[in-house]
Amino acid sequence: MAEFLQFAFSGLTAGAVYALAALGFTLIFNSCGVINFAQGEFVMLGGMITVFLSLAGLPLPLAACLAIVAVVLVGFGIHVFAIDRARDATTVALIVITIGASIFLRGAAQVLFDKRFHTLPSWFGDNPIVVGGAAILPQSLAVLGVAVVIVVLLWALIDRTLLGKAIVATASNQLAASLAGINTRLMVGLSFAISAAIGSAAGIVITPIMFTSYDIGTLLALKGFAAAMLGGIGHPVGAVVGGIVLGLSEAFSAGYFSSQYKDAVALVLLLAVLFACPHGLLGRPSPERV
Amino acid sequence: MLNWTKLVSLAAICFIGISAPRDVWADVKIGAVLSITGPASFLGDPEKKTLDIYIDDINAKGGVNGEKLQLVAYDDGGDANAARTFATRALDEDKIAAMVGGTTTGTTLAMMPLFEEVEIPFISLAGAVQIIEPVRKWVFKTPHTDRMACEKIFADAKKRGLTTVALIWGTGAFGKSMREQCVAAASRSGITIAHEESYSPRDSDITPQLTNIRGKAGIAAVINADFGQGPAIVTRNYRQVGMQLPFYQSHGVASKQFIELAGPAANGVRLPASALLVADKLPDGDPQKPVVVAYAHTYQDKTRQPVSTFGGHAYDGLMILVEAAKRAGTFQKSKLREEIERTKNFIGTGGVVNMSPADHLGLDLTAFRMLEIKNGDWSLIE
Amino acid sequence: MRTILAHRLFPLLPVVAIVIVLPACFPSAYYYRVAALVFIFGLAALGLNLLMGFAGQVSLGHAAFLGVGGYAVAIGPARLGGSPCVYVIAGALLSGLIAWVAGRPILRLKGHYLAVVTLGFGLLLAIALNNETGLTGGPDGISVPRLVVLGLTLRTAADWYWISAAFFLLGALVALNLIDSPTGRALRAIHDSEVAARVLGVDVAAKKLLVFVMSAAYASVAGSLFALLNGHITPDLAGFLRSIELVAMVVLGGMGSVIGSLVGAAFLVILPQTLAVLHDYEHMVLGLVLMLAMIFLRAGIVPTLSRFVTVRPA
Repeated sequence: MAEFLQFAFSGLTAGAVYALAALGFTLIFNSCGVINFAQGEFVMLGGMITVFLSLAGLPLPLAACLAIVAVVLVGFGIHVFAIDRARDATTVALIVITIGASIFLRGAAQVLFDKRFHTLPSWFGDNPIVVGGAAILPQSLAVLGVAVVIVVLLWALIDRTLLGKAIVATASNQLAASLAGINTRLMVGLSFAISAAIGSAAGIVITPIMFTSYDIGTLLALKGFAAAMLGGIGHPVGAVVGGIVLGLSEAFSAGYFSSQYKDAVALVLLLAVLFACPHGLLGRPSPERV
Repeated sequence: MLNWTKLVSLAAICFIGISAPRDVWADVKIGAVLSITGPASFLGDPEKKTLDIYIDDINAKGGVNGEKLQLVAYDDGGDANAARTFATRALDEDKIAAMVGGTTTGTTLAMMPLFEEVEIPFISLAGAVQIIEPVRKWVFKTPHTDRMACEKIFADAKKRGLTTVALIWGTGAFGKSMREQCVAAASRSGITIAHEESYSPRDSDITPQLTNIRGKAGIAAVINADFGQGPAIVTRNYRQVGMQLPFYQSHGVASKQFIELAGPAANGVRLPASALLVADKLPDGDPQKPVVVAYAHTYQDKTRQPVSTFGGHAYDGLMILVEAAKRAGTFQKSKLREEIERTKNFIGTGGVVNMSPADHLGLDLTAFRMLEIKNGDWSLIE
Repeated sequence: MRTILAHRLFPLLPVVAIVIVLPACFPSAYYYRVAALVFIFGLAALGLNLLMGFAGQVSLGHAAFLGVGGYAVAIGPARLGGSPCVYVIAGALLSGLIAWVAGRPILRLKGHYLAVVTLGFGLLLAIALNNETGLTGGPDGISVPRLVVLGLTLRTAADWYWISAAFFLLGALVALNLIDSPTGRALRAIHDSEVAARVLGVDVAAKKLLVFVMSAAYASVAGSLFALLNGHITPDLAGFLRSIELVAMVVLGGMGSVIGSLVGAAFLVILPQTLAVLHDYEHMVLGLVLMLAMIFLRAGIVPTLSRFVTVRPA
């Protein structure tokens, strides 16, 4: 039983990290159908900027806030200087632009910061909480908590505000949305800014667990994207569910099956889910356009 | 039709672009294809910094045999294909006299055949034993092999009476290669590997694997084979699940960064590493002391970063090359190669090097020191 | 003259001319190697371009097929004996089979599903290549035996320049013929509107499947050529980053453009070589150039330039 609990705690820790990475994909995909390959770099920048500001002597909370502001500016900048300039291009072309942005941000980070690994102090100390013989670090709970807060805020934004409705309208039909008086370009820009904020917050809260360096973005984006697809892309709760399911399946297959093939087991699960319900666990089929 | 001429000229411009920076001065060029970025940047970055610092230093002191050295460095990003293309470029275009580089075993293995064909000396900075076994005429290397790290750990474990161990390794190139060598060396050293676990690069939590190790009866010690941030996570998780067994890391964590990342959990961890990490703590009579103290201080002063043994490998490679060229009086390739092979009693950061036609590494187990982390710092045992 | 210009194979003539003339300005083997890599990745990008540009499907795991072809010529001759040439074909058949099995259920769906499923398959293959050290050599890679044809060992970059150029031209010839066939017209109809094509009696899923199988075979042959050129391969060949690079080559060169595949490959193979002199700033500039190229040549290099050229004089 203690083993089972430990595997579950491990899965929750990894799953919360994937969920935070996955959440960032939701809004941009919702507003313009683009899978933002630079999302992992938002996560990286959030952690790295916080680390270097706090090394420069700023108190940690202030460093974290400044880092989020800086990454939001970066996200908005990518929209203004790249995505918006090519707004009449195909979706695939826009995706290639985000790939370029991701290479650029990684390259910039290695010049501005360094190529070493860094960490931040845990929020609630390093003493594990022991439940039934299994141990979980308080920081894992913090990551889960932040994921929940972000989901609630996103849900409130999309379902409860006019701004959210405008973003959704932009996603389903840009032309119709602009005819209805929505500034669709601004909506896409906002979705980039908000996704950057989500990414940087994720980067700050996961750094005490898995450390940060200029190149963590690629793998986080990959896992986050897989989690988002598993849960149903464009769906905030789906992103979290997808992340947790992915994390748990990795942890249980590492514990009970083979640690060498745990990633493979998680991938097979992903493929099986997509074959069975192509829109992910919580996704809804979109109406077909003729 | 105009578009085709356009495309052709575009292609032409690109091709001219490759060869744009032609140098006019006839310095001796030293090639360095390193993994400065990518998954092995943890190793490649200090290597590049070291070569930069010491080539400047050598030139400031008048060069070698009256000739200045020029570093031709390329970043392969850890990709074996890119490494091979850059090696071709260094050999064909830059006409390098010798190469100090090849950060990973994969990139080294991809480049090696070229150097054998063109017959230019190649001093690799990668770990695996297959680079020098069987011996290849033009290929040398400076870092201790994985096999030596395993043997050193096993010897220490045996001395403490810990003969049944568990192995946990990262599935990246470094951990995988060391795992193979440890499995091969175990029975010879009188050690039984009773259980194995692994994890992927950048995994954020490794407690399930450690829980399984904890659940196996009879295990007396745990060995972790990996480099980079993974071992720091393993170490923290090790304490998190309350494991008290003696814990060994490999030479892959031989950098102060490991202690910074793992925090108090690192205390009590043992690892084999070169004398470089404990430069200031070596007894005064130690022959390596002057070399490692000088390198450690130079590196830390110039880069403002803690010294790691990986940069030390690049230092050793460059200095073995430079001393061979001084003895030969020339950078002529076959004379240079013969002199590299005749390196005797060279005191480097990795140990005392004695090469021979049958041994293109020239280090033995005494090159490794067994260290233990105490109160957040390295300490020598033995 | 007009009939020649209008002929569907006309775009290949300049490529043939470039292939023949270029070596005259190659000062060293390094240039042959870079050019050979351009043709090899051009071939893989061409296959992917058929899928993306004509069937409208994105594959994010296409490098897996490079891996199948590459490891076929690395493992096959050593384990089972026989000439590597046999394994180039065997690898292509195996890749085609994998694509057929995986593609059948997926290609009935719409949207990004092929992208995610190919991504998953690509990652699975990369994990297997990495873990099965006994067979594949693990992360450090495996050496590939040199190809011997009629008693001659093909080892120089110049040999492989001619071979890879020939393979690219062959691939382009097949592609251009396919585009001009009834299947090609059906594919274009699918790309414009799947529903309309289906109403007109096009078996959409079967056509898509055919193209997916072809594109897998193209990538596999490219992977085999790459392995034989290098003499050593690592799992990086089949990795996620390589798949992304192939997609970028297609989009940058121009979706649906045969020549665009070659130009896209040339761009992404040569650019890092040119930028290597920038050292630390290399990646920043690479990302910037990629973004700028996509912003200003958003339909792809070849289609944008040719539109620019053909519209003006008219």
